[in-house]
Amino acid sequence: MLQFVIKRFGQSIVLILIVTIITFFLMNLAPGGPSSMMRLDATEEERQAIAEQLGLNDPVVVRYGNWLVNAFQGDLGLSLSSGEPVMDRIMERVPYTLQLAVWTILISVIVGIILGILSAKKRNKWQDHVINFGSVIGLSVPSFWLAIMFILLFSVQLGWLPSSGVGGASLMEQFTSSLMPVIILSTATLPTIVRFTRSSMLEVVSQNFIRTSRAKGLKERVVIYSHALRNALIPVISIIGVLIPRLLSGTVIVESVFGWPGIGRLIVEAAEGRDYNLVMGVTVIVTIVVIISNFIVDIIYSKVDPRVKNVG
Amino acid sequence: MTGLLNVNNLSVDFKTDSGKIKAIEDVSFQVKPGETVCIVGESGSGKSVTSLAIMRLLEFENGEISNGEILFKEEDLARKTQDEMSNIRGNDISIIFQEPMTALNPVFTIGRQLMEGIQHHQKVSKQDAEKKAKELLGLVGINDIEDRMYQYPHELSGGMRQRVMIAIALACDPKLLIADEPTTALDVTIESQILTLLNELKEKTNMSIILITHDMGVAAEIADKIVVMYAGKIVEQGSVYQLFDEPTHPYTKGLLKSIPQDKGPRLKRLYSIQGTIPSLTQLPKGCRFHPRCEFATEKCLQEEPPLLKANEREVACWNYEDVIKKEVKQT
Ligand SMILES: Nc1ncnc2c1ncn2[C@@H]1O[C@H](COP(=O)(O)OP(=O)(O)OP(=O)(O)O)[C@@H](O)[C@H]1O
Ligand SMILES: [Mg+2]
Repeated sequence: MLQFVIKRFGQSIVLILIVTIITFFLMNLAPGGPSSMMRLDATEEERQAIAEQLGLNDPVVVRYGNWLVNAFQGDLGLSLSSGEPVMDRIMERVPYTLQLAVWTILISVIVGIILGILSAKKRNKWQDHVINFGSVIGLSVPSFWLAIMFILLFSVQLGWLPSSGVGGASLMEQFTSSLMPVIILSTATLPTIVRFTRSSMLEVVSQNFIRTSRAKGLKERVVIYSHALRNALIPVISIIGVLIPRLLSGTVIVESVFGWPGIGRLIVEAAEGRDYNLVMGVTVIVTIVVIISNFIVDIIYSKVDPRVKNVG
Repeated sequence: MTGLLNVNNLSVDFKTDSGKIKAIEDVSFQVKPGETVCIVGESGSGKSVTSLAIMRLLEFENGEISNGEILFKEEDLARKTQDEMSNIRGNDISIIFQEPMTALNPVFTIGRQLMEGIQHHQKVSKQDAEKKAKELLGLVGINDIEDRMYQYPHELSGGMRQRVMIAIALACDPKLLIADEPTTALDVTIESQILTLLNELKEKTNMSIILITHDMGVAAEIADKIVVMYAGKIVEQGSVYQLFDEPTHPYTKGLLKSIPQDKGPRLKRLYSIQGTIPSLTQLPKGCRFHPRCEFATEKCLQEEPPLLKANEREVACWNYEDVIKKEVKQT
């Protein structure tokens, strides 16, 4: 176990380095500068002075080096647009995104597995076709378009759900305001889980050990929901690790459309304002979140599949 | 009708993309209490299909019993619902499959897979089931039982896994055990160990066994009765003495000649029946065996021989009298 954690830790550091290098250099290729320098009445000298003060005139490599040294000491710097510490700005947004992400994963996994089993059991029957059609629609319709359609229908026309914001203190309000964002986010993840569960289930039920469990006289219910499902879930668990990055990139669009004050919108704001420090900070935090969630997925995986031995 | 199991005129169809195929046709045989019946025949002759039909496991693999009855203790298994069958499978009738490597669930422990059937059929407590499971592992010759109970299939060798499969099959003291080529996937030393084990178990428990094999040598050692199948039909059946002393079907005769002999010059080429078994979709007209048969006459090409019965033995050959008289030519 310890060995596994250490190895993983090493890999993660390398990954974070690569991600930050790419982000840093791409970001600096984009024209424009931090929005605090964009005041319309600022003179050229004033801009130069600020740029000098922020170290923006140094070569990119030097600036990345400086950023990296600070970051390793836990200092992600100050936001160039607001002057607050980057860490604070991120942390005030994290709970909102987490709220969306956790609900989306929960719903995708639970509903996805149920629909996947149903689809496999009713293979090539109408239920299977309906589920499959829904999956294709969910995966292929762009989420910004779907989000706008949802707002037009449920907020503007019917007035059932708020079109933006996080809602007030009451649970009901929180529920109604997060409902649409969660549903839109799920359209990118749920169909994948449905398909994986279906194909995995179909593959497993044709295997010999399923015949053995029937030969023992076990009821079909036990054969399917205990013997088959337990095996079928193994590949489904590993796909969850892949879905987490997809989900987080989905929040960029969904949070923007729904005015949701999470990480996804923060990175848009940061990029628009050329707030280099904030962009880097969000990148690092999101990468760490992805790494940790994949780590958790791997641990669960090894618990479910006894043939995987490298995790304790 | 004194049999524990009477299979009468059993036919099985498979629905495939290219239409229905008849995997076995008109198969009838009897298994008496305490008797060991061997079903022999080349690969693809319908041995596994017959055993799956008796267990009523065909429905899960796009097969169906299209005709015939399977009387077990006077009750027709072919007419039972799957729900009723689940009380019989693993309880009165058990099966050991051909593929020990994949027959156990990879994510459950050996102990759990053993106890599951016991708890399902006998409604005993977990402790009692566990005790019984350990007894069974001992019975089939597994060591370190305490550890094995908590191991997963991938931690066991093929021979060990097949022993576990046998233990699972024996869990509820079945009246009939079907062993479908239990040793083909294993090496020779393990093979003889497993066969010895089956023989010992039979002596201890007086259960009936249907042993499926394509090895006449194995059949000779352990069978009371032999059923020879070819391309989905029974071509000959009789007691082991009758068949070995006086085979009446050319196919049986060929199978007997192809048993490797311990004695004699080793350089002598092993006999093998010429040609290959036909595909079920392209069965020849007349007798199914005629393209490979040296006794084939004009009649064999045109008409399928019925199963003729005499002295408790049966043969499906127009020329069986000639077969008895003449030695098969060495090829
Ligand atoms: N699920 C299935 N669908 C279609 N055809 C099948 C199916 N199962 C078996 N068959 C066909 O039925 C025939 C008999 O197969 P079976 O498995 O009984 O042979 P066998 O005598 O057990 O051979 P082996 O010694 O190789 O185990 C074969 O031609 C096979 O292709
Ligand atoms: Mg077989």
